[in-house]
Amino acid sequence: MGIRFVLMVNKQGQTRLAQYYEWLTLEERRALEGEIVRKCLARTEQQCSFVEHRNYKIVYRRYASLFFLVGVDNDENELAILEFIHLLVETMDRHFGNVCELDIMFHLEKAHFMLEEMVMNGCIVETSKANILAPIQLMDKTS
Amino acid sequence: MAGASLMDTLFQRTLEDLIKGLRQQLIGEPAFISKAMEEIRREIKSTDLSIKSTALLKLSYLSSLHFYDMSFADFHALEVLSSPRFAHKKIAYHAISLCFHDTTPVLLLITNHLRKDLTSTNEYEVSLSLQCLSKIANVDLARDLTPEIFTLLSSSKVHVRKQAIGVVLRVFEKYPDAVRVCFKRLVENLESSDPQIVSAIVGVFCELASKDPRSYLPLAPEFYRILVDSRNNWVLIKVLKIFAQLAPLEPRLAKRVVEPICDYMRRTVAKSLLFECVRTVVSGLSDYESAMKLAVVKIREFLLDDDPNLKYLGLQALSTVAQKHLWAVLENKEIVIKSLSDVDPTIKVESLRLVMEMVSETNVAEISKVLLNYALKSDPEFCNWIIGSILSTCSGNVYGMIVDFDWYASLLGEMSRIPHCQKGEEIENQLIDIGLRVRDVRPQLVHVGRDLLIDPALLGNPFLHRILSAAAWVSGEYVEFSRNPFELVEALLQPRTSLLPPAIRAIYIQSAFKVLTFCLLTYLLQRESTASSSWPDNLQSGVPSSDLYESLADLSVGNGASATVTPGEVSPSASLEKNNFSHESIVNLLNVVELALSPLSGSHDVEILERALNVLGFIDLIKEKVLNSSAHKENSSEGKEVEVAEIVQLMHDAFSEELGPVSVSAQERVPLPDGLILKENLIDLEAICGDIGLPSPNSFSFDSTSYEETVGISLSNLEIKEGLEQSNESTSLLAEHRKRHGLYYLPSDKSETISNDYPPANDPRSQDIATDDTNDLIKFAEQSFAPRRKPSHTKPRPVVVKLDDGDEMPIVTKKPDPKDDSLSDAVRDVLLGSETIIGTSSQSNLSDKPSSKRKGKEKQNRDLHLELKENLVDDGNPSSRRSKHHSHEKERRHKSPRKKNAEERRDNGRKEKQKSSHLHGRHRQRADEPSNVSAQIAVIPDFLL
Repeated sequence: MGIRFVLMVNKQGQTRLAQYYEWLTLEERRALEGEIVRKCLARTEQQCSFVEHRNYKIVYRRYASLFFLVGVDNDENELAILEFIHLLVETMDRHFGNVCELDIMFHLEKAHFMLEEMVMNGCIVETSKANILAPIQLMDKTS
Repeated sequence: MAGASLMDTLFQRTLEDLIKGLRQQLIGEPAFISKAMEEIRREIKSTDLSIKSTALLKLSYLSSLHFYDMSFADFHALEVLSSPRFAHKKIAYHAISLCFHDTTPVLLLITNHLRKDLTSTNEYEVSLSLQCLSKIANVDLARDLTPEIFTLLSSSKVHVRKQAIGVVLRVFEKYPDAVRVCFKRLVENLESSDPQIVSAIVGVFCELASKDPRSYLPLAPEFYRILVDSRNNWVLIKVLKIFAQLAPLEPRLAKRVVEPICDYMRRTVAKSLLFECVRTVVSGLSDYESAMKLAVVKIREFLLDDDPNLKYLGLQALSTVAQKHLWAVLENKEIVIKSLSDVDPTIKVESLRLVMEMVSETNVAEISKVLLNYALKSDPEFCNWIIGSILSTCSGNVYGMIVDFDWYASLLGEMSRIPHCQKGEEIENQLIDIGLRVRDVRPQLVHVGRDLLIDPALLGNPFLHRILSAAAWVSGEYVEFSRNPFELVEALLQPRTSLLPPAIRAIYIQSAFKVLTFCLLTYLLQRESTASSSWPDNLQSGVPSSDLYESLADLSVGNGASATVTPGEVSPSASLEKNNFSHESIVNLLNVVELALSPLSGSHDVEILERALNVLGFIDLIKEKVLNSSAHKENSSEGKEVEVAEIVQLMHDAFSEELGPVSVSAQERVPLPDGLILKENLIDLEAICGDIGLPSPNSFSFDSTSYEETVGISLSNLEIKEGLEQSNESTSLLAEHRKRHGLYYLPSDKSETISNDYPPANDPRSQDIATDDTNDLIKFAEQSFAPRRKPSHTKPRPVVVKLDDGDEMPIVTKKPDPKDDSLSDAVRDVLLGSETIIGTSSQSNLSDKPSSKRKGKEKQNRDLHLELKENLVDDGNPSSRRSKHHSHEKERRHKSPRKKNAEERRDNGRKEKQKSSHLHGRHRQRADEPSNVSAQIAVIPDFLL
């Protein structure tokens, strides 16, 4: 399993999106998110975007007020994951137009849908923005 | 009722309302959410699907972001799932993938829903159910839905096929037999020209190959084609990962891929791809010098980059290189060491790891020294990282790296004094462990232990308690090497030991007991030897005239001989100043011990109580006699003298049994005695004891407050301790303590110069700025990391006791996960076919021909393929069988004049039958289709031969 989870957390440490690719209980999730957020939000811009945590690695990137945190196995390519985060942001940007935290809050199911198009079982399966957005656009049109 | 339903629909709070309400926070978040949850619980029972689905949507939101349990809605989610509307389905699938897991009771009910949606004509419904399946599939679901997945794997809709490929990973993991059905389809997709499909399938194979690379060797030609053809960096990265797994297994494959990979390394502008190439080379292709050189150049570029990410990755790549190619690390050592003072803890830790890789026998002392200085100035977390890695590096392979154990013992002592040190447990273990294993280090250990024990300030730091307990134990056990046992007893019984937890205090008392016994014995021995003037003073050369004396002398000779570190050193017992053991000093000692321990005879802790009473009882037994015998020294009765000596010697004998290291598996080797049933069910007992109630763990010790006290005091002491470095300082501290609390001390037997000034709490050279330190490090690194000849050691490495069966933790023969195992078995069965190869000499001849004769990529592939096959044979691996999903192979088989013996053929036939029995119904038909170029067809002609 390459990607274990994707989190979006704002500056205040509130989770805005959480997607796990392995089953964790609510308590485990709460603990995990708490630990990670504490670790990553304390870091400065000059520090690198990777944090080792327990037996895996967190690759994170900050966009405006939102942190994108991806938990990956140790042998995953960290730079590729950074590119993946960027792709995710670009995709949301294309759909929402200048995406911001509020867009993700109020359209959480869409954000999830995009993520599900991109990642299955922790593997990145789709990297083309057009392909990712095609089903959502179709759904928007029909509803 | 319809009216009410309409009202409900109109006035139901939507998810948007919920989020807005949450943001306004008029009544506080918890209150607001619990109100919302109440609403949801009501709404979700509604018969109206749109109300139900909205409620479910809200619930998923709260569950995923605010951690509210939604398991009560499991069944409702299924109800929403049965809705014909796509919007409802979407909500239901999202909720289900969020909250269902392997043990959800209603999981069984979902199978039919999924099957219906998987076969739906609406591709988005299919994709929803595939995505859901990829998260919740368990054994039953995977087994029941395998036929549907199989069909979807060749769906004409790319979107669906891609996701079917994605779900396969989970299905295989849960239900390995699905491999037999689906694998061929999966492999076909590998040959697809659609970039979407390729990117999905490569990801899946990358995951599969990481678990069991050998099984996927036959697919190497396909991966090679993708490596050469693909222009998608995502795909290339995944393929490179696959090759990093495969290349070490198959040298010829490595030879083949090394060129294209170097090519990418030179050409690509994408850092992620470049890094993956570097990583592939350093982990899988490190034997190819030119590739390694290129990779190291690229690593250096990373290291010099301003981007901390690249720097980190460069360090990480270096640490992969380090085991095999230390030169690469040495080339970049300056950067590595500079990184130790980076602002980023992640980078610091990585560079520390690298520095530890560079450690060898010759430079371990220097590196440790520099790192410890560095630790003094670091933040607590990194400081402990440093200490931890020094400890684990030095103790690795039963202290294989240590030559000078005296140095190591002092290092451990020094480490304990680092203010932030929290590795007490590890240091404790090592102090005792080297004491047990290395005879020659014991004098130094006792010395180090004494320095630690004698410092009253250290007692205040709870992190040090474990170390102190080891120091106390060592001092007691090897007391014969002590220069001043009286001092030790005082240190062990000093008033501040009340800060220690009871268990460790008990060790202190026990050690004091050992020291006391030793002193008494030496005293008696000495007196006896001086009493009869005919005996020479030297104990070892003394001519024994009585049985008792003989045995005592033997004892001390034994100790002396064993303790001889360097030739010429006198036996430690003899080295003790004789006049130390004057009559007064012994009486004094007895008084000290008695005074310190008598309050403990009322201790609440059983362990302390018992030890204290032991010692007090012993003193009672002998004190009078020792006193008396001295009073009438001139006309002492021999009988009494001997009696005391006998008691003391008995005690000493009890302690002088040598303790050795114990193998971890020792317990397992003890045979189970007859009649002992370990696995007897004790449930009955519990029923009896149930109402009695178990005693609380505290019931034996009532002084739980003492620990809190300890912590409180430790904080105030931390600062004081910082200044303590030298052992003489600590002696003066003890003296100071004695001065302040003289009340509790007994008059010292020897006049000590008491320093008046309390040593200042000087901050440990923190004025040095970090850069200075880094420069030091670099300077030092230049001298010491350079590979140089082993200096001839002036002192030979002492013997380290090792156990026969290995000291490391017993290597649990790791049983491969049965699931994984069956997965790779299945994959092998499908991929490699069921035919063992013999008589391939002709084949290998063919493949040995230079590939230049053939042109075109396809031919290259074939070449590669052949090479692989040949190697499989060379390996002699029984499980390596021929791969046969290629058409050209069939041709070859016809051409090549191979002879098989009948037995082989029968064998084939049997396996073939087995195999086809796995394929059933339509799958079998499909598998037999000529387009599959399947094994069956290829093998049939052989049967006819």
